[in-house]
Amino acid sequence: MKVNLCGLELDNPVIPASGTFGFGVEHSQFYDINCLGSLSFKGTTREARYGNPTPRIAECGGYGMINAVGLQNPGIDAVCEKQMKVLSHFYKKPVIANISGFSIDEYRECCAKIDRQEQVGIIEVNISCPNVHNGGMAFGTDPKAAAEVTKAVKEVTTKPVVMKLSPNVTDIVSIAKACEEAGADGLCLINTVLGMRIDIRRRKPVIANRYGGYSGAGIFPLALRMVNQVANACHVPVIGCGGVSRAEDVIEMMMAGATAVEIGAANLVNPMVCKEIIDRLPSLMKELGIEHLKDIIGIVNK
Amino acid sequence: MTILENTKLVDNVYRMKLGGGHKPVTAPGQFVNIALPDKFLRRPISICDWDDETFTIVYKVVGEGTEMMSRMSVGTELDVLGPLGNGFDIEVQKMRHPLVVGGGVGVPPLYGLTKELLKKGCHPTVVIGFNTASEVILFDELQALGVDVFVSTMDGTGGVKGVVTDAMAKACVLYDYFYCCGPRPMIEALKQETMTEGQISMEERMGCGFGACVGCTIETKNGFRRVCADGPVFLKSEL
Ligand SMILES: Cc1cc2nc3c(=O)[nH]c(=O)nc-3n(C[C@H](O)[C@H](O)[C@H](O)COP(=O)(O)OP(=O)(O)OC[C@H]3O[C@@H](n4cnc5c(N)ncnc54)[C@H](O)[C@@H]3O)c2cc1C
Ligand SMILES: Cc1cc2nc3c(=O)[nH]c(=O)nc-3n(C[C@H](O)[C@H](O)[C@H](O)COP(=O)(O)O)c2cc1C
Ligand code: FES
Repeated sequence: MKVNLCGLELDNPVIPASGTFGFGVEHSQFYDINCLGSLSFKGTTREARYGNPTPRIAECGGYGMINAVGLQNPGIDAVCEKQMKVLSHFYKKPVIANISGFSIDEYRECCAKIDRQEQVGIIEVNISCPNVHNGGMAFGTDPKAAAEVTKAVKEVTTKPVVMKLSPNVTDIVSIAKACEEAGADGLCLINTVLGMRIDIRRRKPVIANRYGGYSGAGIFPLALRMVNQVANACHVPVIGCGGVSRAEDVIEMMMAGATAVEIGAANLVNPMVCKEIIDRLPSLMKELGIEHLKDIIGIVNK
Repeated sequence: MTILENTKLVDNVYRMKLGGGHKPVTAPGQFVNIALPDKFLRRPISICDWDDETFTIVYKVVGEGTEMMSRMSVGTELDVLGPLGNGFDIEVQKMRHPLVVGGGVGVPPLYGLTKELLKKGCHPTVVIGFNTASEVILFDELQALGVDVFVSTMDGTGGVKGVVTDAMAKACVLYDYFYCCGPRPMIEALKQETMTEGQISMEERMGCGFGACVGCTIETKNGFRRVCADGPVFLKSEL
């Protein structure tokens, strides 16, 4: 089940997505998280943030949920001093550090600080958070801005940098290519899809912030299509993310072109989901006649 | 877990008993998070009563999920996560006469709380509020524990007319600590009108219910706290 992601050898391609796994502490109550290929921790900014007012969670039928958390985090210094230490207690392999910002300088500063953390194997730069104004997604919807962030963070780290892209764009390939040309070592897609729910009895949006990011099983086909387009157009490895909730989805993502797969909202409703997928993969591979997972990466593009 | 009982208490409010063994309840006021067919998120519901093998919950039909629950028959298997949350702390120094206050479907967790307070040798007084007499739940059950139970209804059809604080005033309840679970306006009124420290159970929309998504965070005097994992019970002084 091994895959090589940006030079990092992963035991398997299953990675919990940022924001749905905290720093691993909560899920460790349910299983030994060392089975994971890696782990992307909660998005971190320079300063501590509360995020958006509640309610900031809404259900979308059986297909998914909307969140408008808005990057609640204790700030990069606290993450380096405290959260990373706690994380290292529960998880022994290299992790993916998810960072975000409201300015190029902030991205650069966060990246420089997290670069010094030994356990960080890959830096995942979130330029796609739909829940904050003048930050996050603003950088991920314009190829020039996306390239600028990529360059800025690459200057301050020697670790592989993966840019996390937003689906809320007309042409994701142009953004992906801009990041690749600016030096990105990999791409992760997709972040959540901007969405909305209305409480028809109260005649008001469910989410206090009105809009939020839609994720979960419902976005899988959209994510798969985008992963396929980007993997076809770019040479750097792609982490497929969006709606993955079963081992079958992991295989499908990889066949579309993903080198590894992140699992988000599914971790919230079934805390065991990543372990269940990892346990199921070998038998599924056998059924499908797959000897090595790396052989199927982007197979539909060949 | 398996549904052992699912009975209507009053219009739109049901009592469900779930069996099949569970992790131990560490405090009254903890909750379970229930997965439902074709619903993405789980539904958080307080534990009303429990023993080693079963949970009892009392829930109100307010939307599609709880409506679905109300139609489930005995024997149905449910995927239940929990017990979750901190629950009420009953190890309070010098507490002898706690006041237990609840409103609407905030009352269920207070049943288990009252039972535990009695076990500890405290003398709780219970005050519960509803909109109207036909909505009153758990009155007999609470009284059967051997405590004084006062009721208020907004329309005066049962007990004292008005809100719980009106019933508290009318009954001249004396207390040295309080516990509360109910709607926001009730919480606000109690924060104003109680003279002592107390514990308040909060409610928020939840993503996971076990602390991973920070979807349910509130701002307290002690910083950002997750209602599901750091709560749902908070001290009055930190809110
Ligand atoms: C810690 C906690 C304990 C609770 N204990 C009880 C209890 O003992 N008895 C009881 O009747 N109710 C209780 N509730 C409220 C209960 O969770 C909601 O009434 C229920 O989730 C509604 O689901 P639905 O599908 O019928 O409603 P819908 O409106 O269709 O639900 C849509 C989404 O919103 C969420 N939601 C809707 N209302 C609430 C609410 N008030 N609080 C949190 N999430 C909500 C649902 O979980 C679901 O994700 C509790 C809530 C919390 C947070
Ligand atoms: C509650 C919640 C919080 C999230 N927080 C972050 C974050 O901090 N940084 C980030 O890059 N993505 C964040 N995401 C996006 C996920 O990492 C993922 O890209 C997205 O949810 C799509 O995957 P899914 O359909 O499997 O959930 C968050 C998603 C959810 C549901
Ligand atoms: S609901 Fe996910 S942290 Fe509280």
